[in-house]
Amino acid sequence: MRTWPRSGWTTLLATGLSLCLFQMAYAQALSAQERALHVLNRLAYGPRPGELAAVEKIGVKRYIDDQLHPERISLPDDLQQRLNDLNTYQLTAAQLYRQYGPPSFPPNTVSAEEKNAARQRAGKEITPQSHLARLWLATENPRQLQEVMTEFWFNHFNVFEGKEWDRYWTADYEKNVIRPNALGNFRQLLGAVAHHPAMLYYLDNWLSSGVNTPGAKGRYKGLNENYARELMELHTLGVDGGYSQADVIALARILSGWTIDVQDLKNGNDDASFQFNARRHDAGTKQLLGRTIAPSGQQEGENALDMLARNPATARFIATKLVRYFVSDQADPALVQQLAQRFLATDGDIKAVLRSLFDSPQFWSRSNYQTQFKTPYQYVVSALRASATPVVNGKPVSNVLNQYGMPLYGWLTPEGYKFSQEAWLTPDALLRRINFANSLSNGKSAIARPEGAPAGNDAVAVDPQRLLQTLAPMLSQQDVTTINAAPTNLQVGLILGSPAFMQR
Amino acid sequence: MQRRDFIRYAGLAGAASILIPIGLSGCAVVPAGKQSATAANGTAPLAYGIAKPRPHTNGDGTPRMVVVFLRGAVDGLNVVVPHGDQAYYQARPGIAVARPGMPNGAIDLTGYFGLHPALRPLLPYWDSGQLAFVHASGSPDGSRSHFEAQDYMETGTPGQHSIHDGWMNRLQGFLPRADSPVQALTMGESIPRILSGHQVVANMPTGRDATRPTLIDQPKVSQTFAALYAGNGELSKAYRDGVTARKELLAELSSSEQRMANNGAPLPNGLSIDTARLGRLMRSDPRIRLGFLAVGGWDTHTNQGNGTGQLAGRLAPLATGLSTLAQELGPAFNDTVIVVISEFGRTFRENGNGGTDHGHGNVMWLLGGNIRGGTIYGQWPGLQQAQLNEGRDLAITTDFRAVMSTLAEKHMRIHDNALQQIFPQYTAGLQHVSSILI
Repeated sequence: MRTWPRSGWTTLLATGLSLCLFQMAYAQALSAQERALHVLNRLAYGPRPGELAAVEKIGVKRYIDDQLHPERISLPDDLQQRLNDLNTYQLTAAQLYRQYGPPSFPPNTVSAEEKNAARQRAGKEITPQSHLARLWLATENPRQLQEVMTEFWFNHFNVFEGKEWDRYWTADYEKNVIRPNALGNFRQLLGAVAHHPAMLYYLDNWLSSGVNTPGAKGRYKGLNENYARELMELHTLGVDGGYSQADVIALARILSGWTIDVQDLKNGNDDASFQFNARRHDAGTKQLLGRTIAPSGQQEGENALDMLARNPATARFIATKLVRYFVSDQADPALVQQLAQRFLATDGDIKAVLRSLFDSPQFWSRSNYQTQFKTPYQYVVSALRASATPVVNGKPVSNVLNQYGMPLYGWLTPEGYKFSQEAWLTPDALLRRINFANSLSNGKSAIARPEGAPAGNDAVAVDPQRLLQTLAPMLSQQDVTTINAAPTNLQVGLILGSPAFMQR
Repeated sequence: MQRRDFIRYAGLAGAASILIPIGLSGCAVVPAGKQSATAANGTAPLAYGIAKPRPHTNGDGTPRMVVVFLRGAVDGLNVVVPHGDQAYYQARPGIAVARPGMPNGAIDLTGYFGLHPALRPLLPYWDSGQLAFVHASGSPDGSRSHFEAQDYMETGTPGQHSIHDGWMNRLQGFLPRADSPVQALTMGESIPRILSGHQVVANMPTGRDATRPTLIDQPKVSQTFAALYAGNGELSKAYRDGVTARKELLAELSSSEQRMANNGAPLPNGLSIDTARLGRLMRSDPRIRLGFLAVGGWDTHTNQGNGTGQLAGRLAPLATGLSTLAQELGPAFNDTVIVVISEFGRTFRENGNGGTDHGHGNVMWLLGGNIRGGTIYGQWPGLQQAQLNEGRDLAITTDFRAVMSTLAEKHMRIHDNALQQIFPQYTAGLQHVSSILI
């Protein structure tokens, strides 16, 4: 028999005491200023100078209301103008393919170098513009919740820009599929994703043909289950959502013939970016999730998407991901349940689900305030916003994100990035963030000037006192004392490199 | 991106084969019938080489392992060349490495296999019995996607994406606890999948600038930040680990680089800058047990060249880099195994652009003081049409996990039970390459 060690009692007492303190803290509601910071941290990528006071003035209720209705918020003319000037960002999927698509040359007419150059053109021209568009919108778009949800859904329906043809279409996918539906209806979003060439290509469905169908030849020879599987596992039901391998095959058969009309795309036909090819569609009857799907061509797929979007497992899966993103890495089951019900009751109205989330006591609990470790993307974007560093050159930002292991549009596999502390908190990551924070302090960051241009003498250093105001309720009095006691040239780095700013 | 392709591997192991004894206790598995091949049609009898018996060499007794990942799929058939097989020359009229004795020809290793001439800096290790290869090896998953195949090789779970941490990180979790945040060290900016997971991993940026101090390396700066990170939270702890690791790495490197400069030796170029640093760090700090380094540029779809040319131009600095690593490890080389892997091999036949496309089987390289070298391990599947994977690539007869789990168990001394957590769902069985170490 072991005797109960004395220190055990002490620990127990201490635990009890800290539990009491914890509950006291829990009980203490957030102040108005803290609430303003909280919505700016969670519904936006952190405050820009002056925003904290502005939100405090109108109240968080009004702020949330506006953010849920992005159409009420106007896009600054200057931002719109810069987006308009990104020429590849204005092209349609068909135009992008026509102008940048895989070069085909008659045999022996061009050298290997020329072929390579043609291949690399997309990476040189489209990619930097895609990245700039995203970074400008994330840092400057006043419709912040729309940007946050754009990141969330892009990641949920992840495609990888480095997978050959996806490089042409990633920006178009985000611009025309994800962002317009980010606060809309889940079924519409799901359908828009399913019809876009970026997804058709990324998960190989464009290659998939029903077995022994007349069009099942050459590269289109067999049934490809890739998209069908991820559509259930990652996009809707979740891995434990109650489907079987037979359902995967059935769904792949239902979606066979959902493809890209490559030939017509080459002719610049915008409709060709999605084609239902009946000659490659398996016209048999299928059993999906216990229901019979009668042969009806493309409509079978639409029916299957309806079924998946309305499935309670989907509601639960999406609700869990939203709670993890907006509230805490450990999703509260009661809140998940509540949001899943809201999802089902509103037929997948994303706005309605989010409103319930923002109304929940869990969202406002002190135990969930300033507790989420920022992802590299959240950290970098929030630092640019807080310091009001303009993104003139997107490349150094992309490089930083690469170094931090979260390249923009750069997650290879379809499950997307994790948003948890466990995924991102490493010792090295903190030191890198601190170095990055310091690089923003003197206004001479390579991000804030055109590529190749030297840092001018007119660079304006970030004012640490203004930055303290921007982020005010984030830092403890002790932190502020430490920061104010440090040399002035280190103060901005200390603020943006503080543990408080690593969290949201 | 076919995830979870069913593993077609099991069928291979069942092929008729016999065992040929190699060295003292090792065996190479040879397909039946193949060993009777004659020199007719310019085909030399299949030979794997024979390891010279030599005693186990002792270092400081702390086993270390370095994985070098060739990202982009190196053409293994031009690394360890089956120059004894006429089919190889027929399939690659423009890019085959010439037979030994010809200009820019292969360096003969076994009479059947030869080494790419650009890898000559590694030949001394073959001759001393410290370099071996495992041919026709790789990941059994059939993916031809670089990123997917790399991912599988790094998680150690081919065919399934549900595991997200890397097998080296899991292996690290089974090493004796160290009082240092630098138990595993990766060269490069980010933590690769193979090392990501629960265990703390340090990284060292590559290139000349790596040891250039950053702001946070200035004691005044790090002291100021330390005041903000003085608490008991996870962030504060992580910060302190980070500062300690960085300090140790920089202190060790600056002193040894200083020493080198004093001796008048120039800093090595390119890859060797990094491998020299890695070697020196691992030699001087036995707490660093795992090293990782990735080298890119192997995706030779066009103009790959033969004994000279593009691929040769990549292999040469790699060979120098590896021999630099071996030298800089000094006495710790005896305690170290360096493994070179790549996500898959390339097509057996040359394509229309003087290159090769994404294939399947490849060759693994093993370098270390106690590698039972001078031998090609594995089972040669042959190069006839019917013997190729999908009629186009070298087949795989040794799962890379067979080699890795052997090294984990016999070299890194990981307990048998832990292997199943390092390589879940992998049962080594017959493919255990148990004789690769002395």
